[in-house]
Amino acid sequence: MSWVNAVIQGVLTGAFYALFACGLSLLFGVMGIINLAHGDLAVIGGYVAVALIPVTHVPVVWSFAIVVPIFAVGGYVLQRTLLQASLDRGPFTTLLVTFGLSVVAENALLEVFTSNSQSLNIGNLITYSFSINSQITISYFSVVVLALAVAVLGALQLFLSRSRTGRLIRAVADDREAAQLVGANHRHVFGVAAAIAFSTVALAGLAYAMSSQIAPTTGTGTLLSAFEAVVIGGIGSVWGTLVGGVVLGVAQQIGAQINPAYQILAGHLVFLAVLALRPQGLFGTRARA
Amino acid sequence: MSTTTPPIAATRTAEARVTRSAQPSGWLLPVAAGAIVLLAFMPSLLSQGDLSTMMNAFILLTMAVMWNLLAGYAGMVSIGQQAFIGLGAEGVLAMAQHGLNPVASIPLAAIATAAIALPVSLLVFRLRGGYFAIATWVVADTAELVVSSISSLGSGTGSPVPGLSGLSAKSFGDITYWAALAVALVALGMAYLLLRSRLGLVLAAVRDDEVGARSAGARVMAARRIVFAVAALGCGAAGALLAVSQLNVQPSSVFSVQWSAEMIFVTLIGGIGTLEGPIIGTILFFVLEQSLAQHGALYLIVLGSVAVVVAIWAPRGIWGTIASKLRFRLFPVGYWLWAQGAVRGREAGSVQARLAGRRRRRPEDPPA
Repeated sequence: MSWVNAVIQGVLTGAFYALFACGLSLLFGVMGIINLAHGDLAVIGGYVAVALIPVTHVPVVWSFAIVVPIFAVGGYVLQRTLLQASLDRGPFTTLLVTFGLSVVAENALLEVFTSNSQSLNIGNLITYSFSINSQITISYFSVVVLALAVAVLGALQLFLSRSRTGRLIRAVADDREAAQLVGANHRHVFGVAAAIAFSTVALAGLAYAMSSQIAPTTGTGTLLSAFEAVVIGGIGSVWGTLVGGVVLGVAQQIGAQINPAYQILAGHLVFLAVLALRPQGLFGTRARA
Repeated sequence: MSTTTPPIAATRTAEARVTRSAQPSGWLLPVAAGAIVLLAFMPSLLSQGDLSTMMNAFILLTMAVMWNLLAGYAGMVSIGQQAFIGLGAEGVLAMAQHGLNPVASIPLAAIATAAIALPVSLLVFRLRGGYFAIATWVVADTAELVVSSISSLGSGTGSPVPGLSGLSAKSFGDITYWAALAVALVALGMAYLLLRSRLGLVLAAVRDDEVGARSAGARVMAARRIVFAVAALGCGAAGALLAVSQLNVQPSSVFSVQWSAEMIFVTLIGGIGTLEGPIIGTILFFVLEQSLAQHGALYLIVLGSVAVVVAIWAPRGIWGTIASKLRFRLFPVGYWLWAQGAVRGREAGSVQARLAGRRRRRPEDPPA
């Protein structure tokens, strides 16, 4: 029965990874940016809330309403300035720039918040849970995160396929020059895509900080997990990312069941196995990277 | 160093000829030899503290030369070179535990690391660009987790390196310094010869026009694989040096992503795609570190910010910017393109691409 529990907890963790990964996926799909600072962005989101909540005197859950808009604006501004400047030089430069930003962010957090881990305390909300039997207990918060991940991915899918802005984003992603010819301002479109991606990563970071502990170095592990979820699911597939996250989460929980030290390792091994046996990912049709 | 005649004889066409990017200069070889002899005599000139700083500089230089080969010449941005640094260090530890002299085991550990890199390349080469970068990072994390679960290597907490306790502090410092100097010189020499070989020509052609190079019959994957293995060899040696000089191997330290950060920043700031760049970057790094080290994380913030600025607004780095104004090259591995009757040649990335004049550099090309 403890194995069933591992699988259930794995699915719930996987939803987290999918939430982390969708911003990574979007930035790559639209602009071709591999954002190596993605994990650190999530951690920054958590720390912004840690810093702002005591000042604003509002319930911690409200931090979603504060941090997500800040990130949306920040994403747009960063894209229109630094990221666009590096994009103009090519994918090679964006890699180096986002890696540089990642190192700067991590060390700046170390300077400001020290290496102690912190958490967003939402009180009783995190401890509410229901039991299926004596072995399996599911916390409501992780179910909320699962619902949030499905909702965000679904909304993103709908937005990209149905809305006018979404169509514009896809057009620019498919053929920038043709889209420009018919009047699309690709820099603005990129900014909007970055704003969406940054909002989702802020959501993920806040949810993570509420359910677990964050430290300045947490970003690395987060980036690797999000990336693994994208590759396992298949690069460019929205629902593939969710499945990839779930596969990763289940692998980690089963690994942890064998030996707590094997949790992350089991995830890495599944990722490497997918790379060896099915490099296009579970739902990918062709190698795009 | 540059007194050899170019292996590719000057190619003559109707309107242009191509030569190595520097003319043989008679004074360079004696100067280089003099510098090496001077460096070899440093142990009798410097205090032990300064000597140890220089040794660390040689270790970082070795890493930067290797990352420069990967990213600057073969177009592969790896963020997982700490995998090979860690494996080199753990290799020395394992061999020393079996009675081998730690210093003698440095080359063995490096070769073993390169041997591991070959099967790794089969996996990570399935991904390109940024996905390749993160995949190498995952490999490094995997290697750290696997090593941390081996109890004979001290599990996660690490283990001291046995076998060097008989030496005095002075002779230990001298030996590790010379070992680091030797590794750095071999790394530079190997990179230089590699880039002047046929492989270097293939890499330059791929950098300028991959499709063109492939259709001309260049074995691109094989060339990349060789560079990946050589880079693992060099990083393995650097890690082995770390193990010997620190006399202690801790997985979280030798597998730290900070090594990648440092080698990337040093190469970028010094000048990516030039062999001189990592040398200049390393010198600058250690000057910066000496003045900022007491501020903890601050020096990485400064270094990271400088690297971002350099990557966007000065992608040729310090040496690249200087060299574009000079005819002088410390390590001539590129080519000059001379228009008919010209007194001053233009630097060419790839002979064929430039001569054919098929296309100009595009912004997405890695900096030359």
